[in-house]
Amino acid sequence: MIDRLASLGRIGLGSLERLGRGHLLLFGIIGGLSDMVRRPRLLIAQTHSVGVLSILIITVSGLFVGMVLGLQGHYILSQFGAEETLGVMVAASLVRELGPVVTALLFAGRAGSALTAEIGLMKATEQLSGLEMMAVNPIKRVLTPRFAAGVISMPLLAAMFSAVGVIGGYFVGVGLLGVDDGAYWSQMQAKIDLREDVFNGIIKSLVFGVVCSWIALFQGYDATPTSEGVSRATTRTVVHSALAVLGLDFVLTALMFGED
Amino acid sequence: MSKMRTMEIMVGAFMATGFVALFFLAMQVSNLSTVTESNGYSIKARFDNIGGLKVRSAVTMAGVRIGRVTGIAFDDNTYEAVVTMLIDSERKSIPDDTFAKIYTAGLLGEQYIGLDPGGSEDYLGDGGSIPLTQSALVLEEIIGQVLFSKAEEGDVGE
Repeated sequence: MIDRLASLGRIGLGSLERLGRGHLLLFGIIGGLSDMVRRPRLLIAQTHSVGVLSILIITVSGLFVGMVLGLQGHYILSQFGAEETLGVMVAASLVRELGPVVTALLFAGRAGSALTAEIGLMKATEQLSGLEMMAVNPIKRVLTPRFAAGVISMPLLAAMFSAVGVIGGYFVGVGLLGVDDGAYWSQMQAKIDLREDVFNGIIKSLVFGVVCSWIALFQGYDATPTSEGVSRATTRTVVHSALAVLGLDFVLTALMFGED
Repeated sequence: MSKMRTMEIMVGAFMATGFVALFFLAMQVSNLSTVTESNGYSIKARFDNIGGLKVRSAVTMAGVRIGRVTGIAFDDNTYEAVVTMLIDSERKSIPDDTFAKIYTAGLLGEQYIGLDPGGSEDYLGDGGSIPLTQSALVLEEIIGQVLFSKAEEGDVGE
């Protein structure tokens, strides 16, 4: 009985400890941001691997999500004779929810897992300790550029996702199902608000960028330095990122759009 | 070095594409291109009942949007709704005997204010108010009236 209690206590203390280490790491990363300005080369290289290489999956997914929204939206709206509002439905759901959330989920799968594996292997092969031996702060040199690259890339990728999705919805709605061309755009422009919808979506994706990059880097930095540990850390990155994104999305939506 | 250069170019292209997407969302998807709220003048109108009118609802004349509702207040003394409208500055000649009505777009659509111009030579300026108004049609009231008149017809018939 006492043993059970002790093991429960150990689990609780362990997770609190990890939470504390995660926050210390975040402070360390943010503390290194000022050095980033002096060495933009590192940031560019990381933005390439995190952002540029994610463009293809983001735009292709965005196109298909937009096309599906066009089909499903038309099915529902045509029952009320309101096909003209298809543009509003597609754009609002993309800009407010699907753009930031699906981008963050794809980002966690595409870039976050790669970051964790990279950092975890660096730790397993003692490259991080090597840097420390040379009096180079590995957090500032290795983690901060990756974090900054993730935070910069996420809103841009989410914007691409939404833009391509709106065009995908246009292809299906106007091209395939015969919604009026002008109504699609004009209804959209009349109902979608720049500050209320578009800016709030960007804020969401910025938050997701911080959270996903942080989780990925922490899991890599905190991984058990074995091949099994790295593989487990990579799995944890994807799972934790997905849960954090979906949970935070609810909180952010409630705060932003809760009371009209 | 040249590898770094191609990487720089690709990152530059990535960021440019991202900003183009943001610009597309701002200009084509949202209402930024249709909003001209900064310049205009405001006029007021009093309604007995504004129904489902909201701030940012359209103000139209002959079906063309000429402004937006910017404020809805309640007058404690007269129990009326005071609606403030911002009219685009290009629309200077709204007669001061204009009739303001609240219409509904479609059967279940949004409500908006329609202005019917009067014949006066004097025009409304900033802070002017529209004296002639007609309230929103509330569906329940119409149904009530129809039922009432039907009942009366029935009485007469007997």
